[in-house]
Amino acid sequence: MYKGGEGYWSWIFHRITGVGVALFLFIHVADTFIIGWGPGVYNAVTSLYRNPVFKIAEVILVAAVLYHALNGIRVILVDFWGEGVLKQRSIFWAEVVVFVILFVPTAILMLSRL
Amino acid sequence: MKVKLRIKRFNPQKDRKPYWQEFEVEAEKTDRVLDALHQIRWYQDGTLGFRRSCAHGICGSDAMLINGKNRLACKALFADLGDYVTVEPLRGLPVLKDLIVDMEPFFAAYRAVKPYLINNDQPPLKERLQSPEERARFDDTTKCILCAACTTSCPSFWVNRDYLGPAAIVNAHRFIFDSRDQAAEERLDILASRDGVWRCRTIFNCTDACPRGIQVTKAIEEVKRAIMYAKV
Repeated sequence: MYKGGEGYWSWIFHRITGVGVALFLFIHVADTFIIGWGPGVYNAVTSLYRNPVFKIAEVILVAAVLYHALNGIRVILVDFWGEGVLKQRSIFWAEVVVFVILFVPTAILMLSRL
Repeated sequence: MKVKLRIKRFNPQKDRKPYWQEFEVEAEKTDRVLDALHQIRWYQDGTLGFRRSCAHGICGSDAMLINGKNRLACKALFADLGDYVTVEPLRGLPVLKDLIVDMEPFFAAYRAVKPYLINNDQPPLKERLQSPEERARFDDTTKCILCAACTTSCPSFWVNRDYLGPAAIVNAHRFIFDSRDQAAEERLDILASRDGVWRCRTIFNCTDACPRGIQVTKAIEEVKRAIMYAKV
């Protein structure tokens, strides 16, 4: 394993969350498509999402989307703001702080309704 | 102090695949990994293959993967590394023997960006003058020693060997932003191709790896923006 810094890890997480969110999108398109067979079938299939396993997966999905969005802003700053490329480390840690502030209450809220 | 070196070895004439071998040498904290490699080669195992020329961080011959990061063996001190050090050849280039990699693909990418002054004007009688500000514009990228530490630390390069890589872009940058040069457009065309700057995912391994402290990713981003805004 290459021992990279903040830039390396932020990129690895960006890739993982990107692929994860894209996979979710496929599932989401598929389950929405099921409405074509009528509300009965649709409700039966989507009731699966009430399952605790899916609830936890939902929290992970929120984490993935949130990280990908925040790191996307970091990448935009690196690409378009001249100073961004020199401050990428600080931007990464600011991103981590914002992530924790937004994610922790959201996760508590979501899991308390399990 | 005693230091242990764990070295990834490979002799294509004998071995089917690479293997790890450990050596123990006596070294000072102020010694460099290169000193230990010399100890091994001169007194323990003369078959150990590695490159070095100047041994003082300027020729760029002895870049290798030391404790998981690309460094020059002649600049990596045991004081910073500890007494157990792993050494591997650079990634992404074919291993010729032990720590020696085939640098030809790397230099081919370097040549592809025309890393020399192109100016079709009548040569002046004296120097081609340039203001200090114009010189400062590309100062950082003049420091490159072509050691390949940046290019071989880049995950984009590991998976796509056709990517020109950070070092080639750094050396293109050195001429693109030189007021005396006239071929910026030509180079930007080359770097706008599918194997040019857009393969960069701003991972920053190159910047962290550069033994000369060049802001490699910054240079790549400047080239990206020069292409995007069609303005040098």
